Amino acid sequence: TLAERTNLAGVRHILLVLSGKGGVGKSTLSTELALALRHAGKRVGILDVDLCGPSIPRMLRVQDSAVHQCDSGWVPVFVGQDKAIALMSIGFLLERPDDAVVWRGPKKNALIKQFVTDVAWGELDFLIVDTPPGTSDEHISTVEALRPYQLLGAVLVTTPQ
Amino acid sequence: LAAQLSLSLAECPGTGSAQAGRAAACQGCPNQGLCAAGAAGPDPAEAAELRARLRAVRHTVLVLSGKGGVGKSTFSALLAHGLAADETKQVALLDIDICGPSIPKIMGLEGEQVHQSGSGWSPVYVEENLGVMSVGFLLSSPDDAVIWRGPKKNGLIKQFLRDVDWGEVDYLIVDTPPGTSDEHLSIVQYLSATHIDGAVIITTPQEVSLQDVRKEINFCRKVKLPIIGVVENMSGFVCPKCKNESQIFPPTTGGAEKMCQNLSVSLLGKVPLDPQIGKSCDRGQSFLAEAPESPATVSYRNIIQRIQEYCEQHHLQEEKIM
Repeated sequence: TLAERTNLAGVRHILLVLSGKGGVGKSTLSTELALALRHAGKRVGILDVDLCGPSIPRMLRVQDSAVHQCDSGWVPVFVGQDKAIALMSIGFLLERPDDAVVWRGPKKNALIKQFVTDVAWGELDFLIVDTPPGTSDEHISTVEALRPYQLLGAVLVTTPQ
Repeated sequence: LAAQLSLSLAECPGTGSAQAGRAAACQGCPNQGLCAAGAAGPDPAEAAELRARLRAVRHTVLVLSGKGGVGKSTFSALLAHGLAADETKQVALLDIDICGPSIPKIMGLEGEQVHQSGSGWSPVYVEENLGVMSVGFLLSSPDDAVIWRGPKKNGLIKQFLRDVDWGEVDYLIVDTPPGTSDEHLSIVQYLSATHIDGAVIITTPQEVSLQDVRKEINFCRKVKLPIIGVVENMSGFVCPKCKNESQIFPPTTGGAEKMCQNLSVSLLGKVPLDPQIGKSCDRGQSFLAEAPESPATVSYRNIIQRIQEYCEQHHLQEEKIM
């Protein structure tokens, strides 16, 4: 649909940060990468599709922020020193930060599709997508939802062992 | 779209449940139509099968964390080794991390295959009294990715419980993937056929881990899963040369200790970082056997003992009730 094309139409490159393994530093890298690209003058967004363990809001110190709506969908939360990095995470949608999101696949898939199509990202040079560990619903749904767009590629994170 | 979704716990009744598509929480879910049109609840015959299979299991312990990479599989393996040191006890280790099964490697069982017998799938035995099951044993190559959605993962977990011939088991330890999703909901649901003594929750000291672990504690409370306690891994590092202690992962918000106090949960112990732990895991050897003098081994053994005591006490209370 036209609406689907609109929200990601202004995004030049989409980068996935993946690992099979948990706790290796995906969210840390996603955050640092976004900050570094921003520092280099790029327009950057982060999409956090880790629905069970969203770490990005805390890393950018916006864990208490809320999400608002506009005509084209959800407005991302703007973070970073100059409030110029756009961030969307399920962390912003929880009533309480310790609330567990205990969803089975189908419901996770539905939200991920919404995150991809309904967030008004605007003009971005880079959209960094932080993922949870594994190779399951979130990963399949994210790649499927992003398929019509310019996927730059994936950065894989590991530790030595 | 509501700008603030109401995301209360366990909203989704489960695509296989009797309430699928019909619960209040289903309103607005994109899957509602599919669920409502689907079959009714869990098959009572299946539930009976699970009960029969698990009847000879005395104690079940789930090893959980909200966070990845904190040492769940490492701990599960060492708990299994620790409990199996008593040759009179029969121990079973079930790995339900379908996407990232670490247990075969940690237990030194890479390359092993599962055999079928008349009574079901045979676990792979490390010792006579220590049997293991993992999706890792079902892969043709260790690098094969298992790219499955929730329902297929749930199916395999059910098979692990229904089709594996565990025999008489004193302790069934279940290693889980990080998160609070299909695998976790399913294992709690399927194991309701037997009883679960409780969950051991693993964390590391930093807030980024704790914030996920608090969610896991909430998950346990909502599904009425007793929490045996929390283990804080990677808790400090003592240099073997100068004996100086460093906090590699500083507990900026008080670590597991503060969290346990705040949430009235037992802190089972803190385990320091020891490079030998990672090495032993990579080599499939028991760290407890390879480094008996390590402070980490002392911590692990104390924690294992506390878990054993909890389970025994639990069992006594159950017997009294009966």
